[in-house]
Amino acid sequence: MLAHIARRLLHLVPMLLGITLISFAIIQLSPGDFLAEIRMNPVVSTETVDRMRANFGLDQPLHIQYLRWLWNALRLDFGYSFAFQVPVIWLIGSRLANSVMLNLVAFAVAWAIAIPLGIHAARRQYTFSDNALSFSAYLGISTPTFFSGLFLLYLAFKTGWFPIGGMTSIDHDILPWWGKILDVAHHMVLPVLVLGVLSVAGLMRQMRANLLEVLRQDYVRTARSKGLSERTVINRHAVRNAINPLITIFGFSLGGLLGGSAILENVMGWPGIGKLIVEATIQKDLYVVMASLVIGSVTLVAGNLIADVLLVMSDPRIRYD
Amino acid sequence: MEQDRSRAIGLARRTPAPPGQVRTQLQLAWRQLRRHRMALLGGGVLVVLYTLAIFAEFIAPYTLDYADRERFFHPPVLPTFRDAAGFSLRPFVHGTTLADPGLRRFDVDRERRYYVRFFVRREPYRLFGVVPSTLHLFGVDEPGRVFLMGTDQSGRDQFSRILYGSRISLTIGIMAAAVTIPIGMIYGGLAGYYGGRADNIMMRLSEIIIAFPEFYLLLTLSAVLPSAVGCTTRFYMITLILSFIGWAGFSRLIRGLVLSLKEREYVLAAKAAGLDDFRIIVRHILPQTSSLVIVVVTLGIPGAILGESALSFFGFGVREPCASWGNLLTTASNLPTLILSPWLLFPGLFIIAAVVAFNLFGDGLRDALDPRHRTAS
Repeated sequence: MLAHIARRLLHLVPMLLGITLISFAIIQLSPGDFLAEIRMNPVVSTETVDRMRANFGLDQPLHIQYLRWLWNALRLDFGYSFAFQVPVIWLIGSRLANSVMLNLVAFAVAWAIAIPLGIHAARRQYTFSDNALSFSAYLGISTPTFFSGLFLLYLAFKTGWFPIGGMTSIDHDILPWWGKILDVAHHMVLPVLVLGVLSVAGLMRQMRANLLEVLRQDYVRTARSKGLSERTVINRHAVRNAINPLITIFGFSLGGLLGGSAILENVMGWPGIGKLIVEATIQKDLYVVMASLVIGSVTLVAGNLIADVLLVMSDPRIRYD
Repeated sequence: MEQDRSRAIGLARRTPAPPGQVRTQLQLAWRQLRRHRMALLGGGVLVVLYTLAIFAEFIAPYTLDYADRERFFHPPVLPTFRDAAGFSLRPFVHGTTLADPGLRRFDVDRERRYYVRFFVRREPYRLFGVVPSTLHLFGVDEPGRVFLMGTDQSGRDQFSRILYGSRISLTIGIMAAAVTIPIGMIYGGLAGYYGGRADNIMMRLSEIIIAFPEFYLLLTLSAVLPSAVGCTTRFYMITLILSFIGWAGFSRLIRGLVLSLKEREYVLAAKAAGLDDFRIIVRHILPQTSSLVIVVVTLGIPGAILGESALSFFGFGVREPCASWGNLLTTASNLPTLILSPWLLFPGLFIIAAVVAFNLFGDGLRDALDPRHRTAS
């Protein structure tokens, strides 16, 4: 097991190199850069721009720039944001925390809703409520988050029940600590709703399919013929085994903790990493874009690795050696 | 002929049929699909949407860039049959005048009726971009306006723009698939067939693409595109980006299937007959993957539609003056605007309808093409 993890980690090295190379290539290919826009500014002299260029190492040949970036990134130094005038790692750190917080809550809510719904749908296969649930699931996975986000913002304005976008109110700083938590929670309701519905749809379908598969097994028939109550059969015997495959999905969702909410964050003004990358792309803030790309991919890869390991741990039939 | 086609779908194995009732695999699949009511519903919605897209110029009451400079953010105008003056068998609309530019309030002039007429001569257009014509499916008497889904910030009819936009939104998925399929099949086919070291390296390469969060990659790649190009060029570039992201996952699926297919006897027979590897892969192995390909593509198109609309929504995809469902929604992203003009959300309903329809139809296809999922006859 440990050997397997070690080998997977070793596999990651060329992959991470590839990820950084592609990110670097994309950044280099994009026309214009942040300094080009500063150059247009009549207040800034050409010498200043040239000095900035030298400071950021932008006058070096490409491979030197890449290697330099890589070397610094290994020490968690992702360069300097042109637009915000702070080290990228500062920016990313706080944005990362916001994204992870939003996604974790959405994730917990989704699982708490999806599993019981999936069980319900499987037990009443092809009844009205099963069909209604699966049609809602189709709707859920087919609705773009920017649309549902806008729609909820509209409702929030009409009802006045929820704040319209953002993560904190204007008076957030003067609130006591519990008020701050409540404030953020209040702002979180709508984005969690959008993200939650999206993952409930997928999870519920998966849970339903798994449980239906398990309910056909012999040991379920045995349990029933022993005279166990239907509730015991479902809850103690079937559900436990049906949840098993979901563990892989759990790992994959860990990987999606950053990328999953990108579009929604922009619509709802949630100051996460998805909002950061869109802003940075528009402003050509290249080190920020590069760092977001790389960090987003690294979490995704790490999530997949965790999914793999969890699967092996939960299912003794799978062996890696 | 029928048999050839069924083989092309990749269902060579036959299920025993009762005597006198022999059905080809294609017939079996079609029978199964017909039973799947939701899939048929999805297919029906798709037929309607594509018909609207193909005949957009004719069905749309206004042209793509027609703008009524006096009616910005005009609320939807639906034809009715009855008003204070009584009932009319021919539907009509009332005229409106701008009453309050700040709140964008329009006063309805209930005195005058503008009747809806079919096959009217209005703004000239070129059908399919070729045939010049002025014939529109419907319109109202001048100077009345029929804005079925309201107008946008320039007074352009949103319904007409949605119809024109559906051309981009509904073709982008198919175009992307057309690029992804050959690349993914050849790449996955080679990796699966040769296996070993080549397979290892090729799969590591595709994993790198998969490792990026999809939207991040879409976004940064589209920022690379030159901005000073026409709509059509940009549309093709977005297609290429979508395929660049899509081929990796697709080729892994193909590779998995090819890994198992290459152990079959007929491949051995083909080898023994002295066929070269490329021919075996292209002529004998890859056709067997076609039912998987059909399903994956049908279920993959909605992904491309959502990707394009998200990009265009943020202004990185198809841009004005072209219309796509995504960039039509951009106006709605301004909250004060949205609150005064909620009808700007209409394009989103079309996105949802198309994506749901593709998903339902794709799931139905999967059940129909996979013998294990068929319900007993």
